[in-house]
Amino acid sequence: MIDVQQVSRYFGDVAAVNDISFKVEKGEIVGFLGPNAAGKTTAMRVLTTYLPATSGTATVAGFDVHEQSMEVRKRIGYLPENPPLYQDMRVRDYLEFVAKIKGVAPADRHKAVDEAMDKAAIGDVSGRVIKYLSKGYKQRVGLAQALVHNPEVLILDEPTVRLDPNQIIEVRQLIKSLAGNHTIILSTHILPEVSMTCERVVIINKGVIVAEDTTEGLTKKHAGATRLTVSVDAPLQAVMEKIGAVRGVTKVEKTSGDHTTVFVESDKEVEIRPEVAQVLVANGWPLYELKAEDVSLEDVFLHLTTQEEGPVE
Amino acid sequence: MRNFLAIYQREVKSYFSSPIAYVVIGLFLILAGIFFYLIISNFMQMCMRVDMMAQQYRMAPQKMNVNLMAIRPIMHNLSLFALFFLPLVTMRLYSDEKRTGTIELLMTSPVTNLQAILGKFFAAATLYLVMLGGTFLYIIFLFLYGNPEVGPIFTAYLGLLLLGLCYIAFGVFFSTLTDNQIIAAVSTFVFILFFWAIGWVSGFVSPSLGETLSSFSLIEHFDDFAKGVLDTKHIVYYISFIFMGLFLSFVSIESTRWRGR
Ligand SMILES: Nc1ncnc2c1ncn2[C@@H]1O[C@H](COP(=O)(O)OP(=O)(O)OP(=O)(O)O)[C@@H](O)[C@H]1O
Ligand SMILES: [Mg+2]
Repeated sequence: MIDVQQVSRYFGDVAAVNDISFKVEKGEIVGFLGPNAAGKTTAMRVLTTYLPATSGTATVAGFDVHEQSMEVRKRIGYLPENPPLYQDMRVRDYLEFVAKIKGVAPADRHKAVDEAMDKAAIGDVSGRVIKYLSKGYKQRVGLAQALVHNPEVLILDEPTVRLDPNQIIEVRQLIKSLAGNHTIILSTHILPEVSMTCERVVIINKGVIVAEDTTEGLTKKHAGATRLTVSVDAPLQAVMEKIGAVRGVTKVEKTSGDHTTVFVESDKEVEIRPEVAQVLVANGWPLYELKAEDVSLEDVFLHLTTQEEGPVE
Repeated sequence: MRNFLAIYQREVKSYFSSPIAYVVIGLFLILAGIFFYLIISNFMQMCMRVDMMAQQYRMAPQKMNVNLMAIRPIMHNLSLFALFFLPLVTMRLYSDEKRTGTIELLMTSPVTNLQAILGKFFAAATLYLVMLGGTFLYIIFLFLYGNPEVGPIFTAYLGLLLLGLCYIAFGVFFSTLTDNQIIAAVSTFVFILFFWAIGWVSGFVSPSLGETLSSFSLIEHFDDFAKGVLDTKHIVYYISFIFMGLFLSFVSIESTRWRGR
């Protein structure tokens, strides 16, 4: 349903999205996970035809986002990062307008708007002027706007941001219930959101896809291990032996690098870095690098889980 | 067509559901009314003086031409007031969409940029027609007390309409350039003022250059309309000006996508 091939998007010299490729099958829910400025919004804007890619191709429902953008636009519902609301309009008028420009036939418009309001649970504010709604309601009007023409593909940029915890649960359930009939891509920087709603996760960091997996696979790896890269100036055999002896280390393997570089896996609960460092110092080996693997799922995962535990906005 | 209408209707509704339309129309008509009163009372005093002189010297009273001496200056005034008010009408057309992010809805919906630009252009033009329609009431007042010629009034309004559409076309263009309405309005005003005044310097430069300059002046082209002369040269000039504004708006919107803002 969605096929992205080596898409890059530059702003000046900066690549917001750098050579990403992935596929989404019909009826799937896929989560874009990544920290701030990872390129999630930019990738979505390319898919929705809002921004042209600098290079690469993307198709949605079999249509090229650049060459056949009008066909793509008919088939997508898009909730941008900031809900695109005309503040002076009433909710119902606004949704009627969106239905009109999305090509819903006049006879079906009323019903389409009713259904969208129903799904987004905004029936009680249908006559209110949008600018006087609370943030959460505005977000839901934005969601209704994306649903109003019953599109094949839904692209939702942080759909649960601005909602209170109860509404978050409701919206997540709504999104789950839409899968099957719709193909959905949603972005978030909250990991549990992904594991709760999505079948598959694409993790983006600094414009590149660093991992792509099912939620189960992701969780398994997360439970599994933490990884270190250690780079020292010393004989490989000795390094493997000494580090292997550190408590908690489950695996040591050689990887490429300028010096003797090894890749260390350990039990998740054990912090091995101080002990590894001690071993290196005790042996008098010059250390060039000791870092927790940047691009591993776990790192992004941990980093992001901690964000979820922070105070709710 | 359906998309054009959808955009057009939304913009018109948005004008008339916010104070902007009423403030602009109201102030425009008040200002126009004041100057109408001043010009007409001035004209009537002049008529009286001419009559008295005629009686004194026992001559046949001279005919005063209301079209040339009253309506023409009124029309020139209106063309100036339109310059003050139309930038306020057009300033939000694109800037506001950029500021609030609704542009992202517009540009991911199956609506072409041309449909959107024309929808907005004609919505502003509709508001302008209402403004002009209001001033027409003053002119009708002249028919009650005198007998002005209809032809020159018609051409003057045609001229006002074309001139206003020039302002609007460039108003749309400047509002595609920024998400700040004030900047959009001021740049429109300054740009149009430049094309107004470009003819004024013609007296200070060489005659051939002066002539070229005044042929670019928006207001030089207007005077014939105000006098009642219909010349295709002026119509072609205004229509090209309008096309230029709309074309630049189109280019600007298309390039927005590449720039990403
Ligand atoms: N219009 C633009 N002009 C210049 N740079 C841009 C533009 N849009 C995005 N960027 C840059 O591209 C990078 C990716 O931004 P993007 O908005 O895609 O990130 P994101 O993953 O959506 O982040 P967030 O979680 O904060 O929403 C950022 O460094 C951003 O500054
Ligand atoms: Mg974003």
